[in-house]
Amino acid sequence: MCLLDRLARVPIKWIGMRCTFLRWRMSGLGKPVSTFPGHALTAVLMIAAVAPLATATAADEPHFGKPITAQELAAWDISIGPDGAGLPPGKGTVAQGEAVFAAKCQACHGEKGQGRPNDRLVGGSITPGQAPVKTVGSYWPYATTLFDYVRRAMPWDRPKSLSDDEVYAVAAYVLYLNGIIGQDAALDAQSLPKVKMPNRDGFTPFPRWPPK
Amino acid sequence: MGRKRKEALRAEPAAGNGILSRRFFLERTLAAGAAGLGASAAAAEPLAVPPWSREPGGDFTAYGQPSRFEGKVVRTWAAPANPATPGIGSSRTPHHLLDGTITPSGLHYERSHSGVPDIDPEQHRLLIHGLVRQPLVFSLEDLSRYPRVSRIAFIECAGNSGALYTAQAQPLNVQAIHGLLSCSDWTGVKLSALLDEAGIDPRAKWVLAEGADASGMSRSFPLAKALDDAMVCLYQNGERVRPSNGYPLRLLLPGFEGNMNVKWLRRLKLVDAPIMTKDETSKYTILLKEDKAWQFVFPIEVKSIITRPSPGLTLKGPGFYEISGLAWSGNGRIRRVEVSADGGQSFAPAVLQEPVLPKALTRFRAAWQWGGGPAVLQSRATDETGMVQPSRAQFVAERGLRGNFHYNAIASWRIDQAGEATNVFA
Repeated sequence: MCLLDRLARVPIKWIGMRCTFLRWRMSGLGKPVSTFPGHALTAVLMIAAVAPLATATAADEPHFGKPITAQELAAWDISIGPDGAGLPPGKGTVAQGEAVFAAKCQACHGEKGQGRPNDRLVGGSITPGQAPVKTVGSYWPYATTLFDYVRRAMPWDRPKSLSDDEVYAVAAYVLYLNGIIGQDAALDAQSLPKVKMPNRDGFTPFPRWPPK
Repeated sequence: MGRKRKEALRAEPAAGNGILSRRFFLERTLAAGAAGLGASAAAAEPLAVPPWSREPGGDFTAYGQPSRFEGKVVRTWAAPANPATPGIGSSRTPHHLLDGTITPSGLHYERSHSGVPDIDPEQHRLLIHGLVRQPLVFSLEDLSRYPRVSRIAFIECAGNSGALYTAQAQPLNVQAIHGLLSCSDWTGVKLSALLDEAGIDPRAKWVLAEGADASGMSRSFPLAKALDDAMVCLYQNGERVRPSNGYPLRLLLPGFEGNMNVKWLRRLKLVDAPIMTKDETSKYTILLKEDKAWQFVFPIEVKSIITRPSPGLTLKGPGFYEISGLAWSGNGRIRRVEVSADGGQSFAPAVLQEPVLPKALTRFRAAWQWGGGPAVLQSRATDETGMVQPSRAQFVAERGLRGNFHYNAIASWRIDQAGEATNVFA
């Protein structure tokens, strides 16, 4: 593809972003990358001001990725941010979650999430001076993580098999068992990110990163 | 060689309880010296011609295996707490039986959260999306067409040496304590090239990496790391990455804690803030003495272990021994390793085996004249940033014993009069 064709395909706002990014790179925070097509474009734009006939060979750079649309990749886009970004439609109640839990979770996580043979999900404490017992209730800072993890990884023998409604429901049940939401509560994309976890403020960034 | 010259080459003591000068390794010849290195050995048996010298040997093999006499050099792992959920946990590298710095691929430690997937490389895809100009999908064939880079890098599980977070020292060997550590020659494509092709939106600050395994293991890491030295790896020690190490594609974030080097890599999503996945909130965070926990503890800080002598490798009577071990830092090169035989009262410098590479294992060696009495062996590493491996007391004073992860304090082997080594806190 000719360079001018490429330029024509780049929206003006993106060229601006690339310039911003290049400045950030040049500030020393990032390491220059020679194969960065945006660099080539930006450089050509800068050169173009003084040498309109400059003809770089950006087309020789390896570009083997295949474009895909947001719709086509949706089945893989399963991560849920702490603000709830990515949460799907659907809804589940504590009562519904109790049934899902009994059928699909209890064999490993114990009755009412008390643990054994696998991880305990309920209760526990990280009180100073004692051996910590980390559970969803005592340690997890975000309820969105519970949805994200259950949907992608649980139940252990059939991950990604629960419906979104079932994931909301079982998350509600585990939060209820921890005394975080009420017995009549239901969770959906709006309410789940608003759940205030007891250990929400329990984390602090590692002091020696980034290095001074 | 004159008498005077010989005198100069004696293996003089360099630290207490028999640690000798590293000149022992640096000089070409060395006389048996004041420390009694020349203690006479029993005479050898007469030599017979063995059977394998009298008959032809075996044929070629398609894929070589170690000698049948090396059957003990294997990974080990604990039985799962729940037999119904195998493949959760880790297997460990037998460092007490290895030397050099490259871990054989079949002995690289393994850590999986839902077992090792059996991935068809023809069908595997890497997706890059999120805050990019154009989401892109790459097949393995696509990735194999990019310019490749190789680097030697260690990977250490954040939970390695976690057995030392206890109040009482457990009777464990180097494999059981420190075996979640390995080092390979990794080859792949610089991640920055792929991200640049997708076009990085300036709002992007973090990258979510996700595996194709059943647990969809996922971690967020800073975009700055992606643009610095991150790679997507196709090859390990010259051959395709082994299944339990991420076949057909794994992320390498040199120096960062093991689980961030996401295996079976299928997706990278550029985001403006961390996703707060299960493994970066509930798992790989360090609970301190008080009720706060450190989060996003990325680099493995400077650390060293003595692999020989170590538990199970009984000393065969007083005399000369090489003390050897591994040192590493996720922040750069190892600058110095010192060893002690008196529990840290005195240290002397060890020899660093070349090459000394950043974010890779460095082999160190020291000479020791064991007098036959009690000894406590320690090693203390310093990296090129000037960070010194802390004593256990310093380490515990900073964070307590509830952290589980990133234990890097000086470790100790006690040698008793029978020559047995034991894990101790000293």
